[in-house]
Amino acid sequence: MGKTFVEQILSKKSGNDVKQGQIVEVEPDLCMSHDNAGLVIKKFNEIGKKSVWKTENIFIILDHRAPSESIKTANEHKIIRDFVAEQGINNFFDIGEGICHQVIVEKLFILPGQVAIGTDSHTTSYGSISAFSTGIGATEMAAVWATGKIWLKVPESYKVIIKGDCPHGVFSKDIILYIIGELGCDGAIYKSIEFSGETVEKMTISDRFVLSNLSMEMGAKSAVTAFDRVTEEYIRERGVFAFEPIFADKDAEYEKVFEYDVSNLEPQVACPHSVDNTKPVSEMKDIKVNQVFIGSCTNGRMDDLEITAKILEGKKIAKDIRLIIGPASKEIYSSAIKEGLFDTFLQAGAVIINPGCGPCLGAHQGIIGDGEVAVTTTNRNFRGRMGSTKGYVYLVSPATAAATAITGVITDPREFL
Amino acid sequence: MIEKVKGRVIKLGDNIDTDVIYPGRYLPIIDAEEMGLHALEGLDPDFPSKIKKGDIIIAGKNFGCGSSREQAATCLKSAGISAVVAKSFSRIFFRNGINQGIPIVVSDEAPDRVNDGDEVEIDFSTGEIKLSEGETISFREFPDFIFSILDAGGLIPYVKNKLEVEK
Repeated sequence: MGKTFVEQILSKKSGNDVKQGQIVEVEPDLCMSHDNAGLVIKKFNEIGKKSVWKTENIFIILDHRAPSESIKTANEHKIIRDFVAEQGINNFFDIGEGICHQVIVEKLFILPGQVAIGTDSHTTSYGSISAFSTGIGATEMAAVWATGKIWLKVPESYKVIIKGDCPHGVFSKDIILYIIGELGCDGAIYKSIEFSGETVEKMTISDRFVLSNLSMEMGAKSAVTAFDRVTEEYIRERGVFAFEPIFADKDAEYEKVFEYDVSNLEPQVACPHSVDNTKPVSEMKDIKVNQVFIGSCTNGRMDDLEITAKILEGKKIAKDIRLIIGPASKEIYSSAIKEGLFDTFLQAGAVIINPGCGPCLGAHQGIIGDGEVAVTTTNRNFRGRMGSTKGYVYLVSPATAAATAITGVITDPREFL
Repeated sequence: MIEKVKGRVIKLGDNIDTDVIYPGRYLPIIDAEEMGLHALEGLDPDFPSKIKKGDIIIAGKNFGCGSSREQAATCLKSAGISAVVAKSFSRIFFRNGINQGIPIVVSDEAPDRVNDGDEVEIDFSTGEIKLSEGETISFREFPDFIFSILDAGGLIPYVKNKLEVEK
């Protein structure tokens, strides 16, 4: 029997020939933290080691509460800035650079065949460029900063094959929400997902990012699309030519294989308060919405903003609705301005915020109140996620979100495309 | 050595996520004791005041799903929770729990056989949960190195000891 992607990569990185179920120790190529680096620093200081094991593998990107929304956060950011200066950590990105996961994949701080850990659950996103990447807690990161090592159990793998032409108005967000609805929010706990099939092969890196990012919402440890021509072009376009992709063997052993045909898929909506509570948009009748947010690491890239602008062009958002748009990074922010998308957004009645995570986790820049309904392109709709525990969050694609902003009720975007 | 924990059961359902365990608005807090004042507040604002020292959470599947925020584990420890038993855990919560020194027990059976308020005892030396009627359920024990992390009181003291030894 051959090896899966994770068996290959963790064998190579650990220097041992390992199979699923075994425990390995590896030195990560990338250790990413965001605002929670403040907590990592506190824990690192408790260990009592003077300096981190390697400065060049440590990245800190401030995005969760950026610019700071409170004195507490301001003080934490200060601790982080002081620490990176003192330790000589050059890979520090202050407020405004963008959402950590987007910045990492955009600037290629991780490459195919490498291993990344991050103090954020959506670290799984780097599987979109065929890296092994997974989320950990702050204490664990402090231990890695001190020792350069992390233990990982080699997970079992699921193969998810996606077939069929994606219908007009249906996007990778709809596909992955549908799959989470089928498998359940605990459907892939501890598993490594490998996406494949003709639909995935045709997807851009941005589309694949959405698959890897949201796989966390069914418990996956990592979620990758195999390195191919699309990945290669994405990387070369960014001026990087040296990398060593890792591939699963053709006869690899998968614990389960799932196959989906998306040719007849409708746009999907994940209803409160669980990501697996998905329904086709046609079943959403008269759901009045108070706030729409288009952005986040899940769906704040150029393709997302372009489809949003296409739908909003020459239109106004509904009376009594708030539309907040947050490009996922400075690079995207700048491209959107150059392409004239901001004019369309502003004329439609949107508020544009700086790149960051604020509204997605209910930190700031668009917290919802008691009884309010939010429709959002983000990744979680848990009770209280975007603010009040008496609020309701629905997850959709940017197209569905934009169409909803115009009508004021959850709307099928195909009416506008 | 952690051998036994005994406490009152707080029974919870499936998919208890990190946002209800520790709402995002409290993330800027870095003091562990202060985190404890908000444990499970997303379920009920009065929850923190109902937790007694030593209480054991027994929940359904996918406990701790969602964010990587370890405050979700730390707040439970600070609030006095002595162990968390569930049918399954999100992988990050599982690691965070161990790293914070909270015993994490996977049991398919226990959640269906206890009621809120029962007294149970978890015996790590035998790998058994003793229910209030005196019956026992066995659970799968941790690999040795995970047990050593718990024994040390969490990952930080564990790493500290290890680095001392290497010196």
